[in-house]
Amino acid sequence: MTALLTLTVLVLVAIAIWQMTKIFELSQLKSENTGIATDKDNKYNGYLLYAFLIFIYGITIFSFAKYSKFLLPEASSAHGGEYDQLMWVSFAIIFFVQFITQALLHYFGYKYRGEEGKKALFFADNDRLEFIWTIIPVIVLAGLILWGLYTWTNIMDINEDDDPLIVELYAQQFNWSARYGGDDNVLGDASVRLIDIDRANVLGLDESDPNGADDVIVKELHLPVGRKVNFMMRSQDVLHSAYMPHFRAQMNCVPGMITQFSFTPTVTTADMRLNPDVVDKVKRTNAIRAKRAAEGKPNSEPWEFDYILLCNKICGKSHYNMQMKIIVETEEEYNKWIAEQATFKETIALAE
Amino acid sequence: MSATEHGHDDHGHHHKETFVTKYIFSQDHKMIAKQYLITGVLIMGFIGIAMSLLFRMQLAWPGESFSVFEAFLGKWAPDGVMDADIYLGLVTMHGTIMVFFVLTAGLSGTFSNLLIPLQIGARDMASGFLNMLSFWMFFLSAVIMVISLFVEAGPAAAGWTIYPPLSALPMAQPGSGAGMTLWLVSMAIFIASSLLGSLNYIVTVLNLRTKGMSMTRLPLTIWAFFVTAVIGVISFPVLLSAALLLIMDRSFGTSFFLSDIFIQGEVLHYQGGSPVLFEHLFWFLGHPEVYIVILPAMGIVSEVMAVNARKPIFGYRAMIASILAIAFLSTIVWGHHMFISGMNPFLGSVFTFTTLLIAIPSAVKAFNWITTLWKGNLQLNPGMLFSIGMVSTFITGGLTGIILGDSTLDINVHDTYFVVAHFHLVMGISALYGLFAGVYHWFPKMFQGRMMNKNLGYVHFWITAIGSYGIFFPMHFVGMAGVPRRYYENTAFPIFDELTNVQVLMTVFAIITAGAQLIFAFNFIRSIFYGKKGPLNPWKATTLEWTAPQEHIHGNWPGAIPHVHRWAYDYSKTYENGEYILPGQDFVPQTVPLQDNEEELNH
Repeated sequence: MTALLTLTVLVLVAIAIWQMTKIFELSQLKSENTGIATDKDNKYNGYLLYAFLIFIYGITIFSFAKYSKFLLPEASSAHGGEYDQLMWVSFAIIFFVQFITQALLHYFGYKYRGEEGKKALFFADNDRLEFIWTIIPVIVLAGLILWGLYTWTNIMDINEDDDPLIVELYAQQFNWSARYGGDDNVLGDASVRLIDIDRANVLGLDESDPNGADDVIVKELHLPVGRKVNFMMRSQDVLHSAYMPHFRAQMNCVPGMITQFSFTPTVTTADMRLNPDVVDKVKRTNAIRAKRAAEGKPNSEPWEFDYILLCNKICGKSHYNMQMKIIVETEEEYNKWIAEQATFKETIALAE
Repeated sequence: MSATEHGHDDHGHHHKETFVTKYIFSQDHKMIAKQYLITGVLIMGFIGIAMSLLFRMQLAWPGESFSVFEAFLGKWAPDGVMDADIYLGLVTMHGTIMVFFVLTAGLSGTFSNLLIPLQIGARDMASGFLNMLSFWMFFLSAVIMVISLFVEAGPAAAGWTIYPPLSALPMAQPGSGAGMTLWLVSMAIFIASSLLGSLNYIVTVLNLRTKGMSMTRLPLTIWAFFVTAVIGVISFPVLLSAALLLIMDRSFGTSFFLSDIFIQGEVLHYQGGSPVLFEHLFWFLGHPEVYIVILPAMGIVSEVMAVNARKPIFGYRAMIASILAIAFLSTIVWGHHMFISGMNPFLGSVFTFTTLLIAIPSAVKAFNWITTLWKGNLQLNPGMLFSIGMVSTFITGGLTGIILGDSTLDINVHDTYFVVAHFHLVMGISALYGLFAGVYHWFPKMFQGRMMNKNLGYVHFWITAIGSYGIFFPMHFVGMAGVPRRYYENTAFPIFDELTNVQVLMTVFAIITAGAQLIFAFNFIRSIFYGKKGPLNPWKATTLEWTAPQEHIHGNWPGAIPHVHRWAYDYSKTYENGEYILPGQDFVPQTVPLQDNEEELNH
């Protein structure tokens, strides 16, 4: 990587020097530098445009070869498969168009570079051509729009079918909490006006609401695999955004309102750790971390893959470190875990 | 009106001009254009780009100590390590300065002022006084914005979109104190300046066109500036109202955008407001704003490209239609910034629909530019190269808009580096290329016929072209890997560890590219004083500005204003027998009457 960097820098410097010498040369020579392109300038820059086309393709291929392994592994949610599919189809279209238009643009720049006495074609209009390149985007985009809207409507249709698990994601500067509905799977009423830190009521639950007594408040999100989860999101101070990239899920948390998102996790954390892409990623990452450890730098402990929830809306100084671990596990594991957690009633009783 | 209507047809007599009236409180559009260029682009641009280098270094080498940090950031970089608050401040101010001061005021202000009167054949703007006022209000707002960098608690740091409650509560972030107050004051003045300028442009284009200059004979630059001004007048007042309501929430205890807030151990009194309302108001300006930035660049590119291709712009009417379509659609797509803001998902569907529609006129423009090059006789001047570069980055950056404009796909790339890469290519780099194309092309018009050095221009272009792709192409991958924007460092997440190398690569490219801009600055300043004088019409263009004398005179043309007899794109036009219309000359200036047996094509 470092070698590559150095190489890039060297190439750029070389180009700069080459051009500089050209300036020097030209300023010395008989041909007066008028500031207007001559045939020679047209020639050199025409070639460079051609070379630039190769550079664009090159950086595309380079980025794909080097970086596509960094992309997120396959989606771990039910709707994520369709999301990924739509993404790849869009990318296929984008790269097709990019490939052709950049080629035409730069090739024309090279092919039709100016020469003294050459006659350009007076070509001001062509209805048929313009019709063609208006209608093609219309059709392609219509397809993408319809597909996108269909998927969007499905994803955003948040309902109570299939007995979803109800979870509240609660954001504050700079951490996350999750609240489960407990045995009744119903969240008790809450408001920031009821927050009472002294009594450990940090999420502002209404103590008189019986639904809230069995609520479970935790700092680590556990989800049973295969069960739909409906997230109710709240924020107590500024905007935050609950971003769960592996599940292709994101929704802002807005003070003063409850926002919602819903998905069904399909791969447990344990299974995901066996995913070949993830295994490779962990290996690469731990190699980096081992190197750091050897240099005696902090933040170098070996890492194990976990799903994460990130804050993705600027929220202040520690925005960059506002995260929560997500663990997707089997139904049994989940039931066992949740049974071990203290309910709201128990926490309050403890505080008193 | 006064300057033009007084009928100064005899420009033999001289106004008494002192240094102050000529260079400072000038009412002459050519001088005001230069003032915008130097304040908006050179000075503010320098500050904005320098800031980006600082935070790019932090991203590439997180937590490292740098003496430049200590030198520039002082107490914000104890022992040379950048503080997280100032990181957000830098990001915020970089965005604000680049979007508003450089690319809105700098680009539009410079070229609308310079070209509107000269290309439509007017003595000056409709109101020279308002024009002067507009510049000085802009200057004042720029000064206030720069002052805000020095307040004790730091500059505004809530992102250039200043979403409340973060921007409203000093308890949430130190930058939301005095820094944010100055930001809002500065922007309020900026908006007033922008409105004065825009109204002036609109009136001038509508009323002061010379004889024969019908709307369908206007160069595309003027169409673009005109429509830009219209969008500005429609959308900037909405930002003003958002800013005013935010000021009230901050200072007078109202609850327009705030509700149910518990911060630092206490519940605030705010009740019933909604941050989503602010997002709607902000983006009602914010989205048209990106077209306010890119449309003038498109206009400049269309003109520079046609001149240097020695060909008429392909599909003149389609180009105008697409400008109008983009302008119209740009005002009804703002919601695509808010798909996951908590607004009703059905609204998301509507905005997806309108957003993807906007790809159609954009595609038409790109295809028309490419066709303009086809079978041309391309004069690859620096201005032309930047025009071609603009089309390239506009396509590359624009295509990823198809992903971001799709509400479904936006879910996972929203607010990641993917977005940063997208908008930097499509509106940042593209607009800058348009700006550079314009500066190289019209420099002789601005500075009494002096030309910029083309070889330095070539070096500038090629380093910038490679560097821009080098910065922003890999950035898409960082975004697709899930890295959020506005993170002070990514070290808190081991899943991002392996992306640090990419960050280093981008930063190295950024430093080199920024360095190349110094070549431009050097070339620009040197050419003002030592540039070689070129011919009156160096690029052999048809438009009116090149008929005005090189020496700037008040009123632009000595004697009568030239009349116009044809559209602006009669390049390489021939008779049926293949001879040029004017013998030995591949272009026909707009001032030349239709020749015998010449066909005026119905464009």
